[in-house]
Amino acid sequence: MRRISVNVNGKQHEAEVEPRQLLVYFLRETLGLTGTNVGCDTTTCGACTLLLDGKTVKSCTVLAVQADGEQVTTIEGISSDGELHPMQQAFHEHHALQCGYCTPGMIMAAIGLVEEGGGDLSERDIRLGLEGNLCRCTGYHNIIKAIEAAQSQYSSAGA
Amino acid sequence: MTQTEERAQRYVGGGLLRKEDPELITGQASYVDDITIPGMLWVGVVRSPIAHARLGGVEVAAARSMPGIVEAYSGADLASEWAGGLPCAWPVTEDIKMPTHWPVVQDKARYAGDAVAVVVGESRAQVKDAMEAVEVEYEPLDPVVTMEEALAEGATKVHDDFDDNETYVWKLANGEVDQTFADAEVTIAERYYHPRLIPNAIEPRGVVVAPIAAQGEYTLYTATQIPHILRTTLALTVNIPENKLRVIAPDVGGGFGSKLNVYAEEAICLALARKLGRPVKWIEERSENYLATIHGRDVIQEMELAATQEGKITGVRVKLTADMGAYLQLVTPGIPVLGAFLYAGVYDAQVYSFECVGVFTNKTPTDAYRGAGRPEATYAIERAIETLARKVGKDPVEIRRLNFIEPFDKPRPVAAGLEFDSGNYRAGFDKALDLADYDGLRAEQERRRNEGGVKQLGIGLSTYIEMCGLAPSQVLGSLRYGAGGWETATIRCHPTGKVTVITGTSPHGQGHVTTWSQITADALGVSPDDVEVLHGDTAVSPMGMDTYGSRSLSVGGTALYYAAEKIRNKVKKVAAHELEVSEEDLEWSEGKFQVRGAPDKAKSVPDIAFCLWHCHNLPPDTEPGLEETYVFDPPNFTYPSGAHVAVVEVDTETGLVELTKYVAVDDCGTQINPTIVEGQIHGGVAQGVAEGMFEEAIYDESGNLTTSHMGYYRVPSAAELPSFILDSTVTPSTTNPLGVKGIGEAGTIASPPAVVNAVIDALAPLGVTDIDMPTTPERVYNAIQSAKGASA
Repeated sequence: MRRISVNVNGKQHEAEVEPRQLLVYFLRETLGLTGTNVGCDTTTCGACTLLLDGKTVKSCTVLAVQADGEQVTTIEGISSDGELHPMQQAFHEHHALQCGYCTPGMIMAAIGLVEEGGGDLSERDIRLGLEGNLCRCTGYHNIIKAIEAAQSQYSSAGA
Repeated sequence: MTQTEERAQRYVGGGLLRKEDPELITGQASYVDDITIPGMLWVGVVRSPIAHARLGGVEVAAARSMPGIVEAYSGADLASEWAGGLPCAWPVTEDIKMPTHWPVVQDKARYAGDAVAVVVGESRAQVKDAMEAVEVEYEPLDPVVTMEEALAEGATKVHDDFDDNETYVWKLANGEVDQTFADAEVTIAERYYHPRLIPNAIEPRGVVVAPIAAQGEYTLYTATQIPHILRTTLALTVNIPENKLRVIAPDVGGGFGSKLNVYAEEAICLALARKLGRPVKWIEERSENYLATIHGRDVIQEMELAATQEGKITGVRVKLTADMGAYLQLVTPGIPVLGAFLYAGVYDAQVYSFECVGVFTNKTPTDAYRGAGRPEATYAIERAIETLARKVGKDPVEIRRLNFIEPFDKPRPVAAGLEFDSGNYRAGFDKALDLADYDGLRAEQERRRNEGGVKQLGIGLSTYIEMCGLAPSQVLGSLRYGAGGWETATIRCHPTGKVTVITGTSPHGQGHVTTWSQITADALGVSPDDVEVLHGDTAVSPMGMDTYGSRSLSVGGTALYYAAEKIRNKVKKVAAHELEVSEEDLEWSEGKFQVRGAPDKAKSVPDIAFCLWHCHNLPPDTEPGLEETYVFDPPNFTYPSGAHVAVVEVDTETGLVELTKYVAVDDCGTQINPTIVEGQIHGGVAQGVAEGMFEEAIYDESGNLTTSHMGYYRVPSAAELPSFILDSTVTPSTTNPLGVKGIGEAGTIASPPAVVNAVIDALAPLGVTDIDMPTTPERVYNAIQSAKGASA
């Protein structure tokens, strides 16, 4: 067992973990943060995407011990004071989700993408940037619209 | 917004934002894997890595002694748990071969993925470790991989109890078919193959069972589309009284037919919870899902058309060979039958025959996958009509216009023996061509052809008709399906003005809570925010037939419509009493009962719900409370239709196909929530385009699934797809008072032939007239080379 200290959504957690434990299961089963979902076993679907020190990672392919001393942000940690994050709001307003299973990962990937892209992404950029996140319900059409809308909000807020 | 304005507003037809979303976008949803019960054990299923093998010893002792392991079982150890095998509810013919399908096999493994042993332990990881320690002696047998192999003389048998691998032969014929073909001026005969597909709901399956051992009671949480059907069938398989079994479908992460089944793991977890007296949990891994969850399609089609010299279709004759896989799952044999009546599409044929041969192979069982039988039918007729067009020298638009069934608004019989509910096929087709700028596209195509560049443009058309809203129970009976096709709705009006709606359908992404709230709000004059919709729990909705076959709205929504009518009838009686007028003096206006000519004298549904709660002054013979249930059994199917246009760019040097434009004009009758309707089409089109261009489950000659995980099977991402251009026509259904037809499967049904026709169209000048799905670069490249070879 290894002792780790991880900041998750602004809160510090200390825990003993098996060295082989994946970050996603540490979050889901040790901390009870079940918002991050697991959809595959080959790092393909992206349902488990979250932010590790501000960068998007697939948490099924990160060991919990690799997150020692780092900051993790999950879907549970992006709204504040009952206000949805603009990306969450945009997904709702543009009907960018159906069953919702890929949605936490998709929203986290979209946040990472837009923050990296500086509010300037074309539809093509967004489509390529989301290549690692699979959705079987929406055909991506409304996800793209939501991200475009959220992006324009980011840039107008930043201006 | 004032109160009056809000009440005057109609919610049906508006794009109300989904009430389901808040928990889903904040990580507060509860999928099966999110459920933990104190004392819960993990279950792992050991699967045969060999497609066909006799089992020697299955040794579980070593696994049992591993850290954290509570028990390990072979198939023989669990044999006494089953009162019967896993159910197949659709024996399509009287003499169908119905193999017994044990949850854990004892004698033979019949596909790579068949369950051979079970391990139960304290943690996910410990179970995974111990599964490696189960030792199974496999004596490999010849695998039967392809349908051709399975049907060959002297083929190895998948099931020793039967004479051969032919599961059934199902036939349908109307009119003098052979004579029509013999006399026809023009005939065409084509052979198509529908690849085997893996559904890939992003949530894999999962099961949690919580027992109350002392009472013999069990709560089964499962990622399913069919909690009600599951309760009835599992009660029989595992021998638990149905009224002691509660099935809950919590938040379910997509289904597409793959969760419309009764699976071994559901039976296994129930049996283990009973045997051990402890809660158990099994969560499917994705690679496991590729083996253990049903596949779709895998059908060979021989499609023939008879026509006049002009190109008018007179007859359709089709023969299918359909791969069942190793066992018959819940509705495996019936899937081709769901398409059997639709091989003439929206065209006006006079005679019709259909035959399907089902075949056992040593592969994962097939069953319902989004569209189920209807994508197959649509693909065949939409490919065939293009061949006919080439043969009679017409273009793809002209040939369709020549053959469309004329618009109709009353049920109309068709050659296959059904009565279509209503339709205007030409209108949608014309709209789709306009939206796509068809003439402009043809001009651009001509320009590129003249320039002779590498990237050629292809334009593909597709029209479709579905048979949805499953279904009239009597018709299901005549097709030998084991259950009915009705659906229920209950409306409970609380004294505080709030309303609870209970539906027997079981959504998994389709937005029923929102749609049902809209219908209820308009019918009862309340706000959608005051309506709570409950579903997916057999303790809450005791009767239901669940969600599949685009049935929820047309059957379950209609039940809701009639339940609301019953509520209004009771409210009217009490309102008249309260207002001291006769019922005839009341009219339903602005969401309440008003005295005719004196609109300020009025009672709302919430007003009367309160009266029916305190019951201080009710009219004689009035039962207290305001709650009504309606069970609707539809008189007919519904028949959504539409026209799609796909535009592709084909690189003639590499074979790479890019979808550059996609237009869909669908007619699902009346739309309750157009935003949700569009979302269903987007997702359906993406799935059908994937079928046409990317996806195929491939087995090697030993029966190993070589597309064995998500990295090898090409579920498209956003990068492979364009945005879609959508519009609709509205031809209300005559089957139900809402006029709705269903939209869950339309996109998947229409799109495969649209993209394949587009690829063939792009390559037509090179002489390519046929290409199988999916249109991978390799396949397109080879088609180009062989066409060049043929013309050289």
